[in-house]
Amino acid sequence: MTNLQMWTYAVVGATFALYIFIAIKARASTTGEFYVAGKGVHPVLNGMATGADWMSAASFISMAGLIAFKGYDASVYLMGWTGGYCLLAMLLAPYLRKYGKFTVPEFIGDRFYSQTARVVAVICLIVASLTYVIGQMKGIGVAFSRFLEIPFNYGLFLGMGIVFIYAVLGGMKGVTYTQIAQYCVLIFAYTVPAIFISFQLTGVALPQLGLGSMMSDGSGMFLLDKMDKTLTDLGFAAYTTQKGSTMNMFLLTMSLMIGTAGLPHVITRFFTVPKVKDARSSAGWALVFIAILYTTAPGVGAMARLNLINTIQADSIAPDTTQNLKIDALPAWFTNWEKTGLLKYEDKNGDGRIQYVGKNYTGTDANGKVIENEMVKVDRDIMVLANPEIAQLPNWVIALVAAGGIAAALSTAAGLLLAISSAISHDIVKGIIAKDIDDKTELMAGRIAMAGAICVAGYLGLHPPGFAAQVVALAFGLAASSIFPALMMGIFAKRVNNIGAVCGMLAGLGTTLVYIFWFKGWLFIPGTAMAADNASNWLFGIAPGSFGAVGALINFAVALSISSVTAPPPEHIQHLVEDIRVPMGSGGAVDH
Amino acid sequence: MSDAQKYWQANIRLVIGCLVVWFAVSFGAGILFVHQLNSITILGGYPLGFWFAQQGSIYTFVVLIFFYAWRMNQLDKKFNVSED
Repeated sequence: MTNLQMWTYAVVGATFALYIFIAIKARASTTGEFYVAGKGVHPVLNGMATGADWMSAASFISMAGLIAFKGYDASVYLMGWTGGYCLLAMLLAPYLRKYGKFTVPEFIGDRFYSQTARVVAVICLIVASLTYVIGQMKGIGVAFSRFLEIPFNYGLFLGMGIVFIYAVLGGMKGVTYTQIAQYCVLIFAYTVPAIFISFQLTGVALPQLGLGSMMSDGSGMFLLDKMDKTLTDLGFAAYTTQKGSTMNMFLLTMSLMIGTAGLPHVITRFFTVPKVKDARSSAGWALVFIAILYTTAPGVGAMARLNLINTIQADSIAPDTTQNLKIDALPAWFTNWEKTGLLKYEDKNGDGRIQYVGKNYTGTDANGKVIENEMVKVDRDIMVLANPEIAQLPNWVIALVAAGGIAAALSTAAGLLLAISSAISHDIVKGIIAKDIDDKTELMAGRIAMAGAICVAGYLGLHPPGFAAQVVALAFGLAASSIFPALMMGIFAKRVNNIGAVCGMLAGLGTTLVYIFWFKGWLFIPGTAMAADNASNWLFGIAPGSFGAVGALINFAVALSISSVTAPPPEHIQHLVEDIRVPMGSGGAVDH
Repeated sequence: MSDAQKYWQANIRLVIGCLVVWFAVSFGAGILFVHQLNSITILGGYPLGFWFAQQGSIYTFVVLIFFYAWRMNQLDKKFNVSED
């Protein structure tokens, strides 16, 4: 066993022991504890748990990679996935906390006095959450198979087993306290290598400032200018300039923001704090904890890209074929990632060295032949995980990154699975099928639903549907076009009635689904797309992934216009809306 | 106008004010006017528009939420609808 593997086993093993210890300490004994942790979570701690709940394998592993390769254009993810918290804090969280029930579909069903509305919300919730969970399972498997070098399946089973223990036993209570621990692990794992690398490259330890600082290599250039120059010299697109269309950036950012605010597993976290004012401040704390990672990510992305180019193109960064990385002297991380298939090269010109250039590169080699790119595959997802190795950081830092990636995936998976199981046991079983079951039976139903959800998620992780990469757009599209508008109108538009809300949700959901499937294939089945997925076919040039905001607009328009020509909601519903608008009288804290 | 209506109106005004800033820093500075702002550099080598898109908007969001929470708590007290 190598030194790195030993470190990885030690660090990952220690974090797992911690999660299980918490699971045993925080068992749930009532449905209140199982669904909303007894509404007794401190707002700062809830903020931390929300951070872990929200920051998934995608945030931890993929986002910096996206930034590394898209540069400025990846800002849509940074703004979209944080700006949603403003909407959540100001438009939803305090009011839903005041309402004081257990699930998101429950509020929609009660406010619009309609079982249909509740069922539509449950379906959206399950589809959005399940699609999201597949990505987490994949992240767990990748982290295990790369760092512990055990087969993907075993890694997945181990991850499922850990989630099973604390989520089935502890419900929201167990999930909350493990998420707090997981936040600490993941943020430490993310920032430590970032600080190392920022210091190496710029002499400034904080990556937030390092990204804007001068390179410490004596070139006298600012890091961002160096990035732009290096990339354009090598025939890539410049880093800080815009490549996509402004409208799609605008709409994608909006869709991600609205979708973030409408994702049920995030909203539910704000049901767990004692008071309405705690829900407000807790959203702020959540964003503080999220912002620590999200403001570090741009530095990580840019620096990882620069280091990768430096390693291959040698220190001069000139496409000088006599200095480039030699194929018979590849660093260990290079060959390790090559084994996973996420990194691939081809010595096209047979010079025994690797050239890494963009498609606009026109320089020629000694024989007058145009140099081609030989890095045929650099998967974005490896940027964060390989970053510490590329920068030659100590083994314990690399081990930490593995534990952090696993913590990010586990915490989000647990939050999603909890949202799914609550919707099944509380909204379907207790709400529709067997209304008169007692608390104990419902708690048992919750645990069984959780166990079932974990098995389904595990199965989907082992046999990921071919569309796994596209489902993120689907999850955000669903949340943005159906759940967010319904919740917002439920609070802010007293006049919206049952028919209006149901029609609005179906219209928003329907148009968004059809638009995505039209270009991506029905249910993402290859070959069933109605038109090629490119800008000339898109309606007004809107990309399918950016359509959620349009779906939301359709939802609002349909719901408001239909409500205005049909009967207003009954008296008691209007009182309910007036009641949730004032903080006074929310249910007090329950000790645990 | 009843106190409840006044409270709600003050709330809506506050939310709209916050969302104007929310929109201005992200969609405004980070997307719509990014090219114009990029001609200014701050904090050493950050083009301003790029900084707003990848750093500044996020910091502003955090400040906005705490400002909103603080103002709402004041309104709760003023209109006597606070929980405590």
